[in-house]
Amino acid sequence: MEYLVASAIGLTTAVGVYLVLRPHSFPVVIGMALLSYAVNLFIFAMGRLVVHQPPVLQPEATGYADPLPQALVLTAIVISFGMTALFVVLAMRGYLESGSDRVDGRGRRTPPAVEETR
Amino acid sequence: MTGWIVLPIVLPAAVAAFLLLALSRDLQRQRIVSATASLLLLAIAVHLQALASDGVTRPYFVGAWPAPFGITLVLDGLSATLVLLNAALAAAVVIYAAGGWDARGRHFHPMFHFLMMGVNGAFLTGDVFNLFVFFEVMLIASYGLMLHGGGAPRLRAGFHYVAINLTGSTLFLFAVSLIYAVTGTLNMADLAVKIPAVRPEDAALLRTGGLLLIVVFAIKAALAPLHWWLPNAYAAAPGPSAAVFMIMTKIGAYAILRVSTLIFGPEAGAVAGLAAPWILPAALLTLGIGAAGVLAGRRLVDIACFAALWSMGSLLVAVGLLDGPGISAALYYTVHSTLAGAALFLLADLVAERRGRWRDRLAMAPPIAQALPLSAMFFVAAIAVAGLPPLSGFLGKVLILDAARASAWGVWVWAVLLGTSLVVILGFSRAGSALFWKTRPAEAGAAGAAEARAGLRLGVVGVLLGATLLLSVFAGPLTRGFDAVAAQVLAPSGYVAAVLGGAPAAPGMRR
Repeated sequence: MEYLVASAIGLTTAVGVYLVLRPHSFPVVIGMALLSYAVNLFIFAMGRLVVHQPPVLQPEATGYADPLPQALVLTAIVISFGMTALFVVLAMRGYLESGSDRVDGRGRRTPPAVEETR
Repeated sequence: MTGWIVLPIVLPAAVAAFLLLALSRDLQRQRIVSATASLLLLAIAVHLQALASDGVTRPYFVGAWPAPFGITLVLDGLSATLVLLNAALAAAVVIYAAGGWDARGRHFHPMFHFLMMGVNGAFLTGDVFNLFVFFEVMLIASYGLMLHGGGAPRLRAGFHYVAINLTGSTLFLFAVSLIYAVTGTLNMADLAVKIPAVRPEDAALLRTGGLLLIVVFAIKAALAPLHWWLPNAYAAAPGPSAAVFMIMTKIGAYAILRVSTLIFGPEAGAVAGLAAPWILPAALLTLGIGAAGVLAGRRLVDIACFAALWSMGSLLVAVGLLDGPGISAALYYTVHSTLAGAALFLLADLVAERRGRWRDRLAMAPPIAQALPLSAMFFVAAIAVAGLPPLSGFLGKVLILDAARASAWGVWVWAVLLGTSLVVILGFSRAGSALFWKTRPAEAGAAGAAEARAGLRLGVVGVLLGATLLLSVFAGPLTRGFDAVAAQVLAPSGYVAAVLGGAPAAPGMRR
């Protein structure tokens, strides 16, 4: 299970980094979302991968699942969800006001014909 | 009583919510409430400063949960000084913004107070994860403030600003979870206790986490080569927002200082002095880039941005020394560069709105209205920022140079800091003569008439510049105070004992 989780996190992060470096706003938004999923899984895994264990210490329990990373993940999810929403709105407003979804500083104006076909 | 410690976070949060829910359509009342709340925050910060001036570290346990488990806020000399600086800057900027900027978009004042909540929380928290949370509160509010007023150039710069900060937040979470995985705690005092006992086979993971954390703080502090976001973002932001953002880069420097002394200090075993080899060279590079930008800037606001970058370089040189005189000089320079830099951004805003279509470009334009007070203020601000005698920038620079003498990098610090100062002076003289002297006759019916309420805003800039004057007049007592703060910061055992050991019994949060 460790290998599966670790490679999944690694792959998601790699795809996220690649997409964040793209020159258009939509891939950047998706890349950010993937990065935030990867980091959420990462925090979760840092509490150790434990199954079928109670999240609190009990006298009769043989082990426990660390509850703190779960609380941290919850906070991180809420924040990244809000941030992604804001980021989408910003990308949309930027596209509507400047007529281009490029974010690398090039091609600031799309020809009107291209704009109309969208 | 230590219940005061939570007020700089709770008050702005309550005020922001109240402004948003009750007064969202009534700008005039928003201004009154917002300005009153800012002055109240200033009074609270003064009280906290008085409380902290006895050199005792005071923890506050939210909900009376004991230290490693609950949310801990910690008031010591360092956090009290920075909260007071933030409150003073906030009061000035809110009054400036009430002179017209807050009417160019919605919700300026609520976002401003949410920003205050995040900034004060970041200074006061004693927990790395809550530092992340308060960073996010601050950043969300700063996105709103940066985009205030809208427009395509601002949106484009805003997208980049949000993207770099989201990436920074992701790295922050990676760093925090790596540190948690190794130590099992995120409370800073508890980390200071547990890190020296980390097993050698886990040290590499801890180093990775620690260095990632420093990278995140370096992004916030605009330390080269992670500084490229700053000039674009601050130049596109509205004047008052850029002025209040001057405190946000300082949070990065504060966080670097806090974790390098408390968590990765000399006692930290395998990770002792983790960031020390990187900060000073990077800060010298920042100085060079900042000075080059000041010289190359084509608008006053660009020059103000790169001057802010340059001042972050000087500040981080002092932080990078990581000894008593260095930290003391860094604190003095922090106060100076925040106030003087904010004044410069506000001046750029005032100049830009008076020059019609020329804005603040360094090009020939008709003479501006109120040229005399504005040019006098620019002269004072330029002297303060560039660090010429007699103002506080000069004293701050002398303190940094004096502190650097003992360092192995001393020669480099002297050469780069003094060399780039000369370049910055050249940049400012070029800007001043282009803006105020090289004028051409006004066109018939030209724009550039001053707005009615400019007197108040000029007054605010005057007060900020007056503060730098006071900083230099009272430099003696101030540096003695900062020396005491530096000694406190360099003795983390007091911090640890206050948070973990001296934890008072349950509901007694007051001493």
